[in-house]
Amino acid sequence: MCVALPGKIISIDNGIAVVDFNGNKVNAATGLVDVKAGDYCLVHAGCILQKVDETEALDLIDLMEEVKAFS
Amino acid sequence: MDKVITMAHGSGGKDTDLLIKDIFTRYFDNDTLNQMEDSAVVNGNSKIAMTTDSFVVTPTIFPGGDIGRLCICGTVNDLLMRGAIPKYITCGFILQEGLEIDSLKYIVKSMAETAKEAGVSIVAGDTKVVEGKGELYINTAGVGFINDDRIISSKGCQKGDSVIVSGNLGDHHSCILSQRMSITNDIKSDCAPLCDMVNNLLSGGIKVHALRDVTRGGLATVLKELAISSNVSVWIDEENIPVLESVKGFSGLLGLDPLYMGNEGKLVAVVDKSDEEKALEIIKKSDYGRNAKIVGHIEENEPGKVLLKTEIGGIRNLDVLMGEGLPRIC
Amino acid sequence: MIDIKKYVDYLRQYDGPCMNICEVCGSHTAAIAKNGIKSILSPKISLISGPGCPVCVTPSSYIDRLIDLSLKEGYTIVTFGDLMKVPGSKASISSSKWQGVKSVMVYSPLDVISLAVNNPEEKYVFAAIGFETTTPVYALLLQQLISQNICNVKLLTALKTMPPAIEKMCKSGSPIHGFIAPGHVSVITGSNIYQPISSKYNIPFGVAGFTGEDLIIAIYGIVKARGMGKVMNFYPRVVTEKGNIKAQEMMAKYFEICDACWRGLGNIPVSGLKLKEQYSFYDAGSYGLDEDIKINKMCSCDKVLTGFFKPKDCTLFGKACTPENPQGACMVSEEGSCHTAYVNGENI
Repeated sequence: MCVALPGKIISIDNGIAVVDFNGNKVNAATGLVDVKAGDYCLVHAGCILQKVDETEALDLIDLMEEVKAFS
Repeated sequence: MDKVITMAHGSGGKDTDLLIKDIFTRYFDNDTLNQMEDSAVVNGNSKIAMTTDSFVVTPTIFPGGDIGRLCICGTVNDLLMRGAIPKYITCGFILQEGLEIDSLKYIVKSMAETAKEAGVSIVAGDTKVVEGKGELYINTAGVGFINDDRIISSKGCQKGDSVIVSGNLGDHHSCILSQRMSITNDIKSDCAPLCDMVNNLLSGGIKVHALRDVTRGGLATVLKELAISSNVSVWIDEENIPVLESVKGFSGLLGLDPLYMGNEGKLVAVVDKSDEEKALEIIKKSDYGRNAKIVGHIEENEPGKVLLKTEIGGIRNLDVLMGEGLPRIC
Repeated sequence: MIDIKKYVDYLRQYDGPCMNICEVCGSHTAAIAKNGIKSILSPKISLISGPGCPVCVTPSSYIDRLIDLSLKEGYTIVTFGDLMKVPGSKASISSSKWQGVKSVMVYSPLDVISLAVNNPEEKYVFAAIGFETTTPVYALLLQQLISQNICNVKLLTALKTMPPAIEKMCKSGSPIHGFIAPGHVSVITGSNIYQPISSKYNIPFGVAGFTGEDLIIAIYGIVKARGMGKVMNFYPRVVTEKGNIKAQEMMAKYFEICDACWRGLGNIPVSGLKLKEQYSFYDAGSYGLDEDIKINKMCSCDKVLTGFFKPKDCTLFGKACTPENPQGACMVSEEGSCHTAYVNGENI
């Protein structure tokens, strides 16, 4: 129901970011998240919903360890 | 010469005559066409392949091609898929009032160049002009000759055969849809005549059992049709399906699936397993085949099914494209 | 790095108590099919598709109203591709074109702004459906319409929120042992939003992303947490506990909670969002769109959406009802349970 994809912000001008998805450039509104050029972000229907934080992968590993311990 | 098409160009009188001489015969120039008879009589053979197709794409000019190149490639490739050597094309134009003559010239020149590349002659044509907003539609019909006894058809797949795709999927569909949505990219249509590739396969000693071009509906649709026609199952590996990163990005944005997105210059070849490596090499060395991959094989169990092994190790059943494959957001 | 093969093997070989897991979100239904996830799971683990497909849960009266707005009041309908073929009580937007219905398909609601500015004599109505993922985008659209003083765009809203529908499923008696929580809704709302339901019913929730790997680890976590009131976030690269506060504030600025009619679940109190009174100028008559008329009396979309029926349990499935000739929303939407089941050749 919510097709959204992570992409890289190339530039921002007047509240509109140009976001690149493997060579596809889309204009996305920045009104919901504070972002800057170079950030990776999640875009849905022409709007940036969130910054993508790849460092959170470590949190995931911790969570999987916790889950494995459930009986 | 007038700058735009008017209803007079479709009258069959002097203006029609001028249009034909100034544009059509000027660029399509060949002895047969120049006779300007009601129909073209050409040398024949015992087996003649014939096909027809109509082209209504908008925009008419797009990155990688135009409706002119497309209308020749589409019909030429349909003939090639039966193992025929394409020879003669006819074309019918339906032109809307207001179409710029320069645009028509551009498209006709493109048809002539593509026909030359494909080794075909455009030997007959027709033009109609209707009221409208300056759009155009083209129908092409084609004739090709089959020189040997080999039968190449959708019914020809056999157990153990290898399935080869001649290159990246979804390029044409992505290119056209990009023009209509607010997404910019460098994706080009892959619209191309596959004469060199098919000729090399057939003369290269490859036991080709089926050939299909991957057009509207995409690879999944074509494979399903082959599975049903041949009463076999087709097993393919997601890891081996060639798709450009930019097409993956585009389809991801719109909730589309490259397996269901059309091309205009790619084919599926089903060949005897013993020939798979040689066939792959031949295709890769042919025009437009550089990114070819072996994507799967044919089995006898579960006939009529197309089964994809996903990258995560699951099995996904593929059917033909249902509906129009419109972009999704929700 | 996560060794996904371990988790795939665990799920293939699982022989514990039966697990019925509900993936609420339509995009998860599509991702599960795309990755062939069901073929990996042991027969002891079943996946049930829930009502998180906004196309599927929109009542027929909504489509009828859109068509009327175009035919009788001259609006051009601006919509996502998802809605074009959904049947109302008589016809869809797409099949009504011959009658004179005007429609434009767009990628973003914000695309309507340039349409409106470039064609000031035309009137546009945006088909504003969606959940918490899309509602903030409509809020941004409102902000732009107001600041640019654009008066020829209105919204017809059918906005819904997930938690009340999830709770209704928990109460309804459908035997669910875990939920795959919607990934992108959770980006906005935060994962904490599921904790009250999880604790109340001792049902685990796993917030999942949309790749094959994301789904495998979430299903693994839910199976392991059977019977526990735990909310686990398996999509930490974009989901946090509290969510996107700015987006939540934007939603609250322009929209307020209301009751909503969900096709299949009936009326669920406080499960919808509507434009606040002071923005009613921009509303195209979204109130009272509660009637849902079945195209076919035998349609069982309501039972499929709540997990009581699998698609094959509906008498119409695969016979009178196919993607080429859909009799209900579950078959029209490409994310609908029935459409996905049909395309995947499940038990036809």
